[in-house]
Amino acid sequence: MSVVFKKPDALCDVTMHYCPGCTHGIVHRLVAEVIDELGICGKTVGVAPVGCAVFAYNYFECDMIEAAHGRAPAVATGVKRANPANVVFTYQGDGDLAAIGTAETVHAATRGENITVIFINNTIYGMTSGQMAPTSLPGQVTTTSPYGRDPKLAGYPIRVCEMLATLSGTAYCERVSVDCVKNVIQAKKAIKKAFENQIAGKGFSLVEVLSTCPSNWGLTPIEALERLRRDMIPYYPLGVYCDRDAFAEVEAK
Amino acid sequence: MSDKILMKGNEALAEAAIRAGCRCFFGYPITPQTQLPEYMAKKMPKIGGTFLQSESEIAAINMVLGASAAGVRAMTSSSSPGISLKAEGISYLAGSDLPAVIVNIQRGGPGLGGIQPSQADYWQATRGLAHGDFRVLSLAPAGIQEAVDLMGTAFDLADKYRMPVMILGDGIIGQMMEPVRLPDPVTELPEKPWAAKGTRGARKHNILNSLYIQPEELERVVRERYERYAEVEKNEVRVETWLAEDADIIVTAYGSTARICRNAIRAARADGIKVGMVRPITLWPFPSAAYAEAAAHAKGFLDVEMSMGQMIDDVRLAIGCSRPVRFFGRTGGVVPTPAEIRAEIDALCKEVL
Ligand SMILES: Cc1ncc(C[n+]2csc(CCOP(=O)(O)OP(=O)(O)O)c2C)c(N)n1
Ligand code: SF4
Ligand SMILES: [Mg+2]
Repeated sequence: MSVVFKKPDALCDVTMHYCPGCTHGIVHRLVAEVIDELGICGKTVGVAPVGCAVFAYNYFECDMIEAAHGRAPAVATGVKRANPANVVFTYQGDGDLAAIGTAETVHAATRGENITVIFINNTIYGMTSGQMAPTSLPGQVTTTSPYGRDPKLAGYPIRVCEMLATLSGTAYCERVSVDCVKNVIQAKKAIKKAFENQIAGKGFSLVEVLSTCPSNWGLTPIEALERLRRDMIPYYPLGVYCDRDAFAEVEAK
Repeated sequence: MSDKILMKGNEALAEAAIRAGCRCFFGYPITPQTQLPEYMAKKMPKIGGTFLQSESEIAAINMVLGASAAGVRAMTSSSSPGISLKAEGISYLAGSDLPAVIVNIQRGGPGLGGIQPSQADYWQATRGLAHGDFRVLSLAPAGIQEAVDLMGTAFDLADKYRMPVMILGDGIIGQMMEPVRLPDPVTELPEKPWAAKGTRGARKHNILNSLYIQPEELERVVRERYERYAEVEKNEVRVETWLAEDADIIVTAYGSTARICRNAIRAARADGIKVGMVRPITLWPFPSAAYAEAAAHAKGFLDVEMSMGQMIDDVRLAIGCSRPVRFFGRTGGVVPTPAEIRAEIDALCKEVL
């Protein structure tokens, strides 16, 4: 009998703590499948964020480091500079990457730091139970924007891919979604490319994954996917924002 | 060991770190320590190491955390305001049982303060560095040769006890030039089986982490760490006592202030006053026993600092307040003079002799 579906080897055989219907689990699986397909588990080091994915260090079979809130790109920089032969990735939420860790993110990108960043944009602070995130949409109700996010008071959401694409050190950034099979397949392609870029030494690669947080959005898993499609994708268009070798020009000289 | 060469403190610290096997340096410019990163910027690329000017001190210390987790000897340096920004990362280093060396070339504070020498970060270095139950081993050199020697010690102790170690200098130590002999480069470094450098499929994954969500689990881990701290307190106390055996008066100071005190003590001795010195080299663990010993015969203590009085708390605790402890301090970047200290010795004599 042939095996048609199994747990990726790069995922630990443990129960994850994510809420039912949360898309963190899907993205973990995609990352693990890519690590398996590239055969790099033994040389990969992952950096977990502070956020719902904080326990990611228990879920991946590769060596793992748990960083302070927002500091994962700096920690990953330290690992990569110490041992350039390792494949180093971070896995971060929107609060982690685009609020408290904005400086670390932007500077890792502009340095062309040769790492892979998996960025989970769920427009909310999941772990701390539903506060406004830097990516919360205008009008979005959260516990700290109880009347809906008012851009006049709370500013506008950050479009991370668009912002990072302006930096010469960014080799690759693509926004994907995991709301349906077609998009999940595309998400995996993007994640694979982000790892392959690192192996090829192209520079900073980031994949932004539009994700759901049914628990804090107050929606069922199905409704949450509908919201993602209806409200998030129009504000955060899917696609490739940048795809190049960040150092091709300097190397050519 | 090299021949004697003339070096600036900041540069000597950098060279000593490289000789101690440091291969990753991350830092952000701030006076009066900037020559240290500048030296690293020149040297590291030549020896296959990493120098990286980070976007902030927060990033620098977290890069140190990453490099240390990867098993490499890593360090950062800064001055007072920058150390405050590193506080978060130092707490995470301690909580993840990671070695690291942090140099603080102190300047006057609080706030932006000034850029002249100071010792106002003693409390920060020895107790209030950041959140949580943890310790940082703090070493306080009083000259450039000692700074060079302590740099090797710092890396060794950081690895041995898997904890952050701070070299607490000040603007004088950083900027002064003195002849030094540099140690030979280390050739062997300790194994780090706990490091995150890839499993190679040969072992279970290593996890470097400071999160323990179960209270009992966190308590257990913290208690284990404190058992290690007890070993540090037992084995790693470093102190210099000078002319203390017969002394009626003990002057105590650390770092460059101790150098200035020496002149005052010599002058007082020449006038027949029995003065000696206790100079902590480790600020934590604090050399309490040396003070207790001195208190057996000394009638009074004079604590001299470039601050409003911080180490004095530890001096009083060490002698159980059994003798008067007089304080003399200059702060804000003002350096005390031998004459001022001499006058304080006389005043203390009047009080206690
Ligand atoms: C310095 C610091 N500030 C605040 C927190 C509290 N905190 C933990 S997770 C989090 C937000 C996480 O949100 P996000 O990064 O979007 O991840 P998600 O949980 O949504 O996946 C916050 C504010 C913290 N742990 N550390
Ligand atoms: S709180 Fe939200 S992001 Fe966190 S696990 Fe639950 S559904 Fe997922
Ligand atoms: Mg989030």
